Amino acid sequence: MRRLLFLLPVAVFLAVIAGFMAGLRHDPSVLPSMLIGKPLPTFALAPMRPGEQGLASAELTGEPVMVNVFASWCAVCKEEHPMLMALRSQGVKIVGLDWREDAGAGARWLEANGDPYVRAGNDASGRAGIDMGVSGAPETFIVDRQGRVRYRQVGEITPEVWSQTLAPLMARLRAES
Amino acid sequence: MRRLTLAAAAALALAAPAFAVTPDEQLRDPKLEARARALSQELRCLVCQNQSIDDSTAPLAHDLRVILRERLAAGDSDRQAVDYLVARYGDFVLLKPPFQPDTWALWLGPLAVLLAGGAGAAIYLRARARAGEAPLSAAEEAEAARLMATQDKLD
Repeated sequence: MRRLLFLLPVAVFLAVIAGFMAGLRHDPSVLPSMLIGKPLPTFALAPMRPGEQGLASAELTGEPVMVNVFASWCAVCKEEHPMLMALRSQGVKIVGLDWREDAGAGARWLEANGDPYVRAGNDASGRAGIDMGVSGAPETFIVDRQGRVRYRQVGEITPEVWSQTLAPLMARLRAES
Repeated sequence: MRRLTLAAAAALALAAPAFAVTPDEQLRDPKLEARARALSQELRCLVCQNQSIDDSTAPLAHDLRVILRERLAAGDSDRQAVDYLVARYGDFVLLKPPFQPDTWALWLGPLAVLLAGGAGAAIYLRARARAGEAPLSAAEEAEAARLMATQDKLD
């Protein structure tokens, strides 16, 4: 019994080390979203090009959709872009939120790189993004048929993120009535 | 050398610290601005997470400072203005986490460790004190006497 007591500090030490090791795997930029299970905040974004349609939150119901926050100043968005193009060709519905820049910059970026969005809108002031709790680009919100946010992806949609997390979720949301 | 030191000290004393808050985002009402400054020192920048939005030069921190000032100018209380941001970014935006069930471990954990350690130390010390009070056995007495005798001889 007494000897076990002497082992106690060692056990505590090992537990602390295990805690720290687990902490190393934790990405501090990934934060829980306040929106999960709640409807998208109301927004009506300006069009990317004069005369075109913008993007309004009210239109994002009826079928599951991915809302992708992007910007031409965002380096990781460029890395993510081929993945979005591939998803578009697979028929995944993605809409774009061009965050914190002139619509012109976003529009030129889409012309140069290709447009993976069925619709996109420009959020020059960044307020729509802030209402959604966006802390950086890229970020992607998965919205269900009822227009409720079901998942928030912080950072790039890599092929792994898509196949392991987002694709099963989108399939599940499509199966929901 | 002395002159150089003096010059360096003067340069340091005169150097203005760099502020993230730019004049164009400050409120005209000094009272409101003071409230905004105090609140923004308690709010976390979501980009550079260990800075307050008052310290950070990140564009998002600028936006949040402006929003905070808009809310205060619109007549929000301090609490309402902060809650506006908490509703979007969660408790994480608060540099000082609130005291609520999911943070009890955070706030009370150190105290619990201190109490457990203190209790352990008290039990150990009391046991040792009690052991010290026990009378020596006959063999120990003999050994003690022998040692004392050797010591006397050496003296």
